Amino acid sequence: MSEKPLTERIRPNEAPGVIAEYERLGGYASIRKALKDMQPADVTQLVKDANLRGRGGAGFPTGIKWSIVPQGADAPRPKYLVVNADEMEPGTFKDRVLLEGDPHQMIEGIILSSFAIQADIAYIFLRGEYTLAQERLEKAIHEAYESGYLGKNILSSGYSLDLYLHMSIGRYICGEETALLNALEGKRATPRAKPPFPQASGLWGKPTIVNNVETLCNLPHIVNRGVDWFKSLSKTPNGGTKLFGVSGKVKRPGLWELPLGVTVGEIMDLAGGMRDGLSVRGIIPGGASTDFLGPEHMELPMDFDTVGKAGSRMGTGTMIILDDKTCPVGMVHNLTQFFSHESCGWCTPCRDGLPWLQNVLWAIETGKGVNEDMEMLSRHTKLLGPGMTFCALAPGAMAPLGSALTRFKDDFERHIRDKRCPWS
Amino acid sequence: MLTEALKAEIESHIHEPEHRQSACTEALRIVQRERGWIDDESIKDIAEFLGMTTHELDSVATFFNLIHRRPVGRHVIRLCSSVSCWVLGYDALREAILTRLGISLGQTTGDGRFTVLPHQCLGTCDRAPALMIGMDLYQNVDPTKLDEILDRYA
Repeated sequence: MSEKPLTERIRPNEAPGVIAEYERLGGYASIRKALKDMQPADVTQLVKDANLRGRGGAGFPTGIKWSIVPQGADAPRPKYLVVNADEMEPGTFKDRVLLEGDPHQMIEGIILSSFAIQADIAYIFLRGEYTLAQERLEKAIHEAYESGYLGKNILSSGYSLDLYLHMSIGRYICGEETALLNALEGKRATPRAKPPFPQASGLWGKPTIVNNVETLCNLPHIVNRGVDWFKSLSKTPNGGTKLFGVSGKVKRPGLWELPLGVTVGEIMDLAGGMRDGLSVRGIIPGGASTDFLGPEHMELPMDFDTVGKAGSRMGTGTMIILDDKTCPVGMVHNLTQFFSHESCGWCTPCRDGLPWLQNVLWAIETGKGVNEDMEMLSRHTKLLGPGMTFCALAPGAMAPLGSALTRFKDDFERHIRDKRCPWS
Repeated sequence: MLTEALKAEIESHIHEPEHRQSACTEALRIVQRERGWIDDESIKDIAEFLGMTTHELDSVATFFNLIHRRPVGRHVIRLCSSVSCWVLGYDALREAILTRLGISLGQTTGDGRFTVLPHQCLGTCDRAPALMIGMDLYQNVDPTKLDEILDRYA
């Protein structure tokens, strides 16, 4: 069995233990080590050396992200660490498990990340629907203050940090970090122009890092057990384990912590394979905004670079399976409907293009499509693609659509030719 | 008018005194919990309390999925309509609930008991299909056993 540092303390369907129990299992040891024996730059270097890449979907190297934050006496204050705990990518259910199952682990990661960039204040931006996580985080934050891991002069180190929980009121665009910052400031959550990047000018114009929940949960383990150990967890040059999930019509949908580089087929085996009588037609590897892979990808290692080379993205690592009895056009319509609804409306291609595409897909699905629709859809995957919109929402929406138009071309054409959905 | 208790609760979400506006989303959530939805009066009350214009606050209130700017029923049923739940039977579940309640999507039952809305991925895709009633989450929902769930809400 491979090691599972992120999830080993989590007891399914049980509340996490109190802070004393967490400490007994080694919890908060990394804070003592970092604040006593390390400089902030040492923590950043350690995370760089460990090749930890962000687990929110984009996969940016965490240490490099931190290293852009202004340091020293002249740096603007306060500096902020913001946790993106607004999990809302369709098909993604990994951060919920970490938040509900082991809130202290993430708080420990927050303190390390904050220490590395010398943040004064940290905010957790939590999905409003995650009420169990809210309850458990509120308790854990209180305990961490009581135990001296948060607040003034943490463990007599001279370093101080305040941590606040902010409940989101729901919008997918808050996954875009500058939109999240606007939401946190109490504004309409449209993305901001970049540059300046949040590292230089983020929350209220101050240096800000936004990290994902799973990313932060890795940090205590890297500090405690070192770079070599962390790299040894992975089968690829990127360090660590990853939470991988499967949803769709498989026998045992679920979530597993596995080495980076485990294959799609190995994850599917853990999910028990397809339900009887069904086979795999498509695989969305990491949340709604990633390109379809197919049954030919069972040997593909799940890592940022390998999935990228295969023409998709690992994204959040939670796979959604399209089976051979479910309509691919209907599925892409469903995905496009989501993105259309969640467009913030700021830029025209996204605001007007996505509803248009949603309508055309619905027309095809309900037998009202025409041959020219295929060319129109295909053209729009470019018009709403990378470089054409203000942020990554519409290009993300084009990933499943564009790949479906190629992979399931026959199915689209059959809908148009037969003037009906063959699956309905 | 916001009660003193509500004001105190909203105030507890202002972590940096120079940024009162940052608490406006929490304020909307809190006031909606008390009043069911956010009417124009609530927008005015909250905006005044946090030092915003009503237009600034309304641009926020109309933007986010969890805030209602129109009246809703006593219990809001949010059906996860995203991709994994769709694959696992969202359409059938939606039709079962709407038939059971005799309303269309987005409507409120005549007795004011339930409003049914489609909702974005609830992040529990391995236990699809899912729905929330108020803030209670239901997973692996069986459309034939809806009454067991709905009967809990008066």
